[in-house]
Amino acid sequence: MTDSAVIKSGVTLAVIAALCTAMVALTYRFTEQRIAANEQAWLERSLQPALSGLFYDSGVTESQLIVPPPHELPGSEAAIVYRVYAEAAPVAALFVVSARDGYAGPIRLLIGIEVGGVVTGVHVLDHSETPGLGDRVETSKSDWAQQFNGHSLTNPDPAGWRIKRDGGQFDQLTGASVTPRAIIKATRDTLLYFSTHSDQIFAEVVAETDEGEQAQ
Amino acid sequence: MTSSGIIERFKAGLWHENPGLVQLLGLCPLLAVTTNFVNGLGLGVATLGVLMASNALVSATRRWIRAEIRIPIYVLIIASLVTCIELMFKAWFPALDRSLGIFIPLIVTNCAIVARAEVYASRNPVGASIVDGLVMGTGFAMLLMCIGAFRELLGQGSLFSQLDMLTGGEPIRGIVITDGGWLLAILPPGAFFSLALAIAAKNAVDRRRREKRRSAMPRRARTPQA
Repeated sequence: MTDSAVIKSGVTLAVIAALCTAMVALTYRFTEQRIAANEQAWLERSLQPALSGLFYDSGVTESQLIVPPPHELPGSEAAIVYRVYAEAAPVAALFVVSARDGYAGPIRLLIGIEVGGVVTGVHVLDHSETPGLGDRVETSKSDWAQQFNGHSLTNPDPAGWRIKRDGGQFDQLTGASVTPRAIIKATRDTLLYFSTHSDQIFAEVVAETDEGEQAQ
Repeated sequence: MTSSGIIERFKAGLWHENPGLVQLLGLCPLLAVTTNFVNGLGLGVATLGVLMASNALVSATRRWIRAEIRIPIYVLIIASLVTCIELMFKAWFPALDRSLGIFIPLIVTNCAIVARAEVYASRNPVGASIVDGLVMGTGFAMLLMCIGAFRELLGQGSLFSQLDMLTGGEPIRGIVITDGGWLLAILPPGAFFSLALAIAAKNAVDRRRREKRRSAMPRRARTPQA
């Protein structure tokens, strides 16, 4: 290639790169708001399964509290806690934690616990368990995850927080015992954490603006 | 392009030159997302959109692009288009976007798209290139949907489940035939088996046609003499 050909090629590339960037920027401008609204709606909808039957008047997603590692909750990354209030009094806490001992990688769970320590809902947010076996823990595929509702650390006692095959109280899934074990253990650990840290969790509300620093 | 020419192109895209069945291009998304019909449809439509738009842009700019820099330019165009399509999916079909996950951005690496840019759009006028994108994209999307439907039917015993990811309304369970199914079909090996069956079926049909034509020809040649 001669020098002028190099310059021509360079200019062509630059012009096309600029045009492509403009195209992406325009599309972003047009979709930005819809995407943000979708994400917010998805987050709120994904918290719903743990909120059923509760009375509350606070915005759930605004009361986010991040618990950085190390912590005693399941999972090695930061856990997220959403706090629910009615007339400024704590009603429940929703935990987003991950059970590390799933069959194929971590299982992200949403666990709702009422202020008295009773489970209001366990919901699988994300997992990579075997389709057709372990994935029946999903609320859309079976009622398995609903069996925890109304249970607490005294009902049954911590030894009963196992699948029936291991001498516990909870149903297993045919062909998949690793997944249920992981979820039951994570739920029990979250209940244990809540029983010792609930004051701390709800106290954070005063410092809502600098939650991140407070939690550290 | 005449209408009979367009029909010929459609036959090529859907059957004789089908990107998935004959050219065996873009197999990664084809094998990975076709666990059910809706995923196949979603990725098929996204690929079709990118293919038509990239063919149009490549063809429109073909006079100014020197041969030495054509590949980086195709990559630029395709990557930008895929980003736009991804943003649109996030805005209008968030559930489907979540289900397809990484495979929407990965359309960039679908070699069927670069192949059409290089083989067709860089040498043909804009109109013909858009038609080419349409027929090749349709051929690819049809194959994704067929394999998706086949694997869903065998693996889950249902058809068209989760169509709500497109409509955005109430959950749709689709046509449920049996509860549960043959698990292997939705696991990765099932994808390879399904594609192999599809290719074998296509080849069998082609061979039947060829044999029929061969046995029909001599007879027609003989009739006038008889």
